[in-house]
Amino acid sequence: MLILECPYCGVKAEETELAAGGEAHLKRFGPGSSDEEFHDYLFMRENPKGVHFERWRHANGCGKWFHAARCTMTLEVFGTYSAQTTEPPKEIQDKISEKRPNWTWRDVK
Amino acid sequence: MSDPVSAMNGAKFSGLAQVEDSGLQGMITLRGDLASDTLKAAVKAATGADVPASGHVSLSAEGGVAWMSPDELLLLVPYEVVDAKVVDLAEALKGEHALAVNVSDARGVFRLSGDGAREVLAKICPVDMSAEAFKPGQFRRTRMAQVAAAFWLDDDGAFHIVCFRSVAAYVFNLLSVSAHPQSKVGVY
Ligand SMILES: [Zn+2]
Repeated sequence: MLILECPYCGVKAEETELAAGGEAHLKRFGPGSSDEEFHDYLFMRENPKGVHFERWRHANGCGKWFHAARCTMTLEVFGTYSAQTTEPPKEIQDKISEKRPNWTWRDVK
Repeated sequence: MSDPVSAMNGAKFSGLAQVEDSGLQGMITLRGDLASDTLKAAVKAATGADVPASGHVSLSAEGGVAWMSPDELLLLVPYEVVDAKVVDLAEALKGEHALAVNVSDARGVFRLSGDGAREVLAKICPVDMSAEAFKPGQFRRTRMAQVAAAFWLDDDGAFHIVCFRSVAAYVFNLLSVSAHPQSKVGVY
């Protein structure tokens, strides 16, 4: 069972109170982008065994979208953070580095 | 003119706890900047209660205010005056980035009381319902089996549950099944 603390209302929400929103920090490529950029934006997703960043929505709660950093293998949650950011905040990255010293994710390390 | 009736029209069930339709309740959804002094004053004027802290409800003699999200409140007012209150709010919030809407007839409200009330909710909501974790004055939006719902606990130990009117019959039946007299678990 996955429990994520919603950074907007502070509720420790069990998974069934949340809606999964897929991979975090995707950059949209739309009109004017190359075919390859658009293809990657639409289809290419990370599927790591380990550190991962995701979007979640507190659907049966305050309704807000937020981000979560967790380990896909152990279900350990490193932290949750605001949706208003395009990359994982430093304190989350530091927390992960403490526990998984050589982690990488896309071009974040 | 129409004769308004509440979602379950006064239905009652008695088992491990008492489940009852609360009757007509005026409810206003208010979205805006909860830190704004103008909004705080308008809320106080409409309900007699202050803007509550996150995850809480503040109650007054004639109404109350529940914290729904960082930019949303649920105002509780007598059903008869809800339209007038919405007009007053719109006037008081002129110039603010805010919106007040009467949702009274789009919701069902139930009262759940008695010794088994915590257990009845714990069976159907992913919420820690122990007395240490959920105290009077707390407000929680969550899932009640398959539907969204919210509830608060008053000072007399009764829970007040709000759900969408379209699922009010489901919620009433769900609460009644959860309060079945032969379904006691006895954890609280
Ligand atoms: Zn939340």
